[in-house]
Amino acid sequence: MAEPFSIRRQPGFTTIAILCFALLYLPIATLVFYAFNAGVSVAVWEGFSLRWFGAAMANERVQEAAWHSFIIATVAALISTVVATMAALATTRTEPYRGLTFKYAFINQPLMVPEIVTAVALLIVFSRIKVWTGYTGLGYLMAAHTGFCIPFAYLPIRARLENMDLTLERAAADLYATPWATFRRVTLPLLWPGILAGLMLAFVISLDDVVITEFVKSAGQETLPTYMLGQLKRAVTPEMNAISTVFLLLSVVIVTVFFFINRKRT
Amino acid sequence: MTKTAASPAQRIIDAAKARDVRSRWLLSAPALLIIFFAAIGPLFVVLIYSFMAKGDYGDVKPWTFSTDGWFNVLFERDMFDDTLGLAWANLSIFWRSIKLSLITTLVTVLLGFPTAYFISTRAEHRRDLWLFLITIPFWTNLLIRTFAIQEVVRNEGIINSALIRLGIITEPIQIMFTDTAILLGMVYVYLPLMVLPLYASMEKLDFRLVEAGYDLYATRLSVLRRIIIPLVKPGIVAGSILVFIPSLGAYVTPKLLGGGKNMMLGNLIELQFGQGRNWPLGSALSIALMAIVMVALLVYTRNAADGGQRHG
Repeated sequence: MAEPFSIRRQPGFTTIAILCFALLYLPIATLVFYAFNAGVSVAVWEGFSLRWFGAAMANERVQEAAWHSFIIATVAALISTVVATMAALATTRTEPYRGLTFKYAFINQPLMVPEIVTAVALLIVFSRIKVWTGYTGLGYLMAAHTGFCIPFAYLPIRARLENMDLTLERAAADLYATPWATFRRVTLPLLWPGILAGLMLAFVISLDDVVITEFVKSAGQETLPTYMLGQLKRAVTPEMNAISTVFLLLSVVIVTVFFFINRKRT
Repeated sequence: MTKTAASPAQRIIDAAKARDVRSRWLLSAPALLIIFFAAIGPLFVVLIYSFMAKGDYGDVKPWTFSTDGWFNVLFERDMFDDTLGLAWANLSIFWRSIKLSLITTLVTVLLGFPTAYFISTRAEHRRDLWLFLITIPFWTNLLIRTFAIQEVVRNEGIINSALIRLGIITEPIQIMFTDTAILLGMVYVYLPLMVLPLYASMEKLDFRLVEAGYDLYATRLSVLRRIIIPLVKPGIVAGSILVFIPSLGAYVTPKLLGGGKNMMLGNLIELQFGQGRNWPLGSALSIALMAIVMVALLVYTRNAADGGQRHG
């Protein structure tokens, strides 16, 4: 016996785990690799080049889609984070009151329903409203995104609040601070990491959404994911890889920041 | 009731409590209203639409009651002789969705369990890093991950071109547009959803129990089967639910990897709102999908309660 007996070892588990990590990363790595291909193939390497990044950036449809994605995600993340913060303040640090469990269920509801069902539900309702009002702008997408972003923004804010006791707020009140001053000078600074995490989570969730956007959008309102979905049904060039790579990088940066904010807390 | 006997002080406290609850409702109102209008309310509209007659060019005939939508989920009338038959096309799609979702769940358990175990048995300061490596694919756009798998399995993709260049095969193996492709894609896309809850329950695993098992001459297999698996069962159930539900409603992955022939429920629903122009049927299918999800969730809460009793 070369190795000492370890109670934690299970035969084959390490091999499967390493295999899993490899399987998770190899396809993504290949995708990124071929974004730098000089040729038009996404599977045959013909030398290093940045031409596809240039092509993607010069593509007007990509520019427009990226702008739509950005503006929708920004609006949805901001609104959902503000209302989720208010909801979190209203549902934590209290004795149970009538309707509290109802609120939890209501706020988490978008997480329970399959996306495709919400998508067709919004398609039905918004198509009616579009006929009635004649308005076909980005507002529908912003409203839909705000809706499904709320539970994601709510989660980290509520978690943070539950770890904060009321001592400091009570001390502020004892020192004749108004409720608003207490909130601004005591609660908000303490809650800030949770709010920031909620904001980033909501932003990424909105940025990534395909299904609901695909059903709600009016003609010509492509976001980056729906534009990509349309392109992926055809034969693709490494331009798609280049767009994916940039998108991927953005997500990784946001998630890394999120990860470190969260880690500092615990 | 002691209401009449309440002291003045008690009454003041009660009034303050009522005011607090009222302001808490006011504070949560915006979030509740947005979710009502952008998520819950529309679901009721879907339910109503499933009981209306279909319009000639999509949409419905307003306020014309009909059960055709629900009827067409399971049955169809023959175009020529008007005889009644089962809607085999729909049934096979239901069956494929459930089958593929169950297999996906099973495969992700088999792969995810050892992975979560591996992470939870690393030195404490290393665990965060391994966990981070699982979180990154989890937060990567689902579309990009499906695209990545598509590039792997395509006829001109990485597997096939490598095999051809090595001379192992001369003709590409057709993986794209098969159930296998959908399965590969779903396992790939949903694996992190299995690993994360599994890890959460394994992290709390008390290895003294494992040690006690070995002291009593248990083999590695029986320790796994009789001690570790029962203790992390809540994690297995939670992970299975987290994988099964989105698999059942999957839309992007079967659309890109399965193509038009290998549809799943999500694609069938889309079809009714697009070319099919049968909104009541699409609505009925959506409600049916939601019902299956609710049943799965119910089983989960039942199971979670059981687990709590047994190991609490």
